[in-house]
Amino acid sequence: MSAALKLEPAAPLVKLRNLTVRFVSRDADVAAVNGVDLDLAAGESLCILGESGSGKSVTLRALMKLLPKKAVVEGGIEVAGNNVQAMSESQLQDFRGSTVAMIFQEPMTALDPVFTIGTQIAETVCRHEGISRSAGMARALELLELVQIPSAKRRLAAYPHELSGGLRQRAMIAVALACRPKLLLADEPTTALDATVQIQVLLLLRELQEKLGMGVIFVTHDLGVAGEIADRVAVMYAGRVVEEGPVRAVMKRPLHPYPQGLLGATVHAGLRGQRLTTIPGAPPSLENLPPGCAFAPRCSLAEPACTVAVPEARKVGADRMARCIKV
Amino acid sequence: MTHADRGGPAQPLLTVVDLKKHFPIPRAVVRAVDGVTFNVLKGETLGIVGESGCGKSTTARLLMRLLDPDGGEMLFDGETVGNAHSGVAMKEYRRQVQMVFQDSYASLNPRLPIEDSIGFAPRVHGVSAGQARERAHELLAAVGLAPNQFARRYPHELSGGQRQRVNIARALALYPRLVVLDEPVSALDKSVEAQVLNLLMDLKEKFGLTYVFISHDLNVVQYISDRVMVMYLGLVVEQGPVDAIYDRPAHPYTRALLASRPSMDPDKRRTEPPLTGDPPNPVNPPSGCRFRTRCPFSEKVCETTPPPAADLGGGHLAACHMAAVGSGHSQAGKVAA
Repeated sequence: MSAALKLEPAAPLVKLRNLTVRFVSRDADVAAVNGVDLDLAAGESLCILGESGSGKSVTLRALMKLLPKKAVVEGGIEVAGNNVQAMSESQLQDFRGSTVAMIFQEPMTALDPVFTIGTQIAETVCRHEGISRSAGMARALELLELVQIPSAKRRLAAYPHELSGGLRQRAMIAVALACRPKLLLADEPTTALDATVQIQVLLLLRELQEKLGMGVIFVTHDLGVAGEIADRVAVMYAGRVVEEGPVRAVMKRPLHPYPQGLLGATVHAGLRGQRLTTIPGAPPSLENLPPGCAFAPRCSLAEPACTVAVPEARKVGADRMARCIKV
Repeated sequence: MTHADRGGPAQPLLTVVDLKKHFPIPRAVVRAVDGVTFNVLKGETLGIVGESGCGKSTTARLLMRLLDPDGGEMLFDGETVGNAHSGVAMKEYRRQVQMVFQDSYASLNPRLPIEDSIGFAPRVHGVSAGQARERAHELLAAVGLAPNQFARRYPHELSGGQRQRVNIARALALYPRLVVLDEPVSALDKSVEAQVLNLLMDLKEKFGLTYVFISHDLNVVQYISDRVMVMYLGLVVEQGPVDAIYDRPAHPYTRALLASRPSMDPDKRRTEPPLTGDPPNPVNPPSGCRFRTRCPFSEKVCETTPPPAADLGGGHLAACHMAAVGSGHSQAGKVAA
């Protein structure tokens, strides 16, 4: 494991402090992220779990300053010692790809359809490392072998549409890894894949993360994915992290009622014939968040105190956190 | 307007024999569904699982006759489908068989309030406007949406889970006997998915429905199905009672599919992927057994002969040479739990 590599108490690779993101337009003010604190150590793998609209993807994009101009981003974003918020466009161009890289859910839209896989990987390497095109192509070949694409040499000349879904996802991972980033951001990278291919890509990502010692932040709605890949899990709800901790602890004995409900509502073997436990209602509108705990309207344990103020992040033990007054 | 049972409980509600659908593309043919045979029994839920391109959604569209099959036969409660002279006419069939789609937004008319969407089919079938609205309100209540609050809303004013409830209500408007559910919960969040699955179970009991439930989510299919059918590249590779399929899978593909489920337990992480590579292109499927290119047990016979469905007892069928005694495979007949 990567634990041995990080003995010195270095600054964390990622340090988010009170991150808020709002999307403001003429007729709406959407509070997508409402005060997120997160740390990621070098070589660590963190899974952000949440349902649609929980702010997980917006948080991820904020780390690379990929949000549109109309997004109002506040708070501290530090990645590998860089203050991302203060970076200029040209600094960002150096930063993206070399320090941080991202992989997306849909490789067909993330890759350029009119260039071959080899060209797209070589372009990244040439841009960041200033090497020749032929050296770039040699690196591209190494990378395709790294992500275990069969007959890699032939695939260098392939266009994205010529590859199957699983190979395209591997190619996108190769592009992301081209300049050996310290931090890899992955936004639901296996959601669009079939079951037998998803597990291959998950295992590949886990292997690469350990081999290259990258920090990885994985965004997913799938508890199974978190179970397979994460060291730590942060569960988001309505733009806040409601629980955080080591993957075993959170998945076996969650503290906050929301992850408790989520685990109960997830269909798994052995539930046949039983009624599924559900979380009543639906997530709140981000234009109009309830005061206090955003989960309170759906929570069976809610009491008047829950709706007064947003619950503080409470530390539980050395490495766990939950935002619930009952914890 | 309810539909009488004809053949009694033992007669399958739907019998599908050697159903085929080939889509022509330039210089080739996609064999999306290439001869599938199965029954849907009265009152059961038949789950269909498989990866993209295996033909499960094409099968759903064939069952609804949204596509015309290129071969094979369908019998609904003992009568040929789509033959006005000797069987059940198309209009009548579609009244008895309804469908719910994955994309809850695309499958509702954005310009109609939901009560009009639900009442649309009854209107087409000659019900008065007042009665259609009454029926719509009944159904909205049945799917857990208070009619006085929701009836006049438009689809964009609802959440994904609420829209899927409307789609389910609409599918029930004509008192169907069979409902084909094509990935009905795949687009929903987990907490909402559980609500909709509970609702589907309740409605099935309340209205005496039969379901064909298509999904790529093996856990959901295990939860909801009585029998399960596994498809690969346009063919049924294995079918049987849900416990037989999940506890004693006989086909190597079914075993790999089940083993590919991410583990919910971080202490039991997978170390090796059960299969390598992607499913082959259905335009040019492998000869013999279509799974042989990814199968660790592939032998000569798998290359030359497509495996017939071997009967393992109790309605458990597996199309694998290892399941059939005397097939010529070195492990023939050795397949067991």
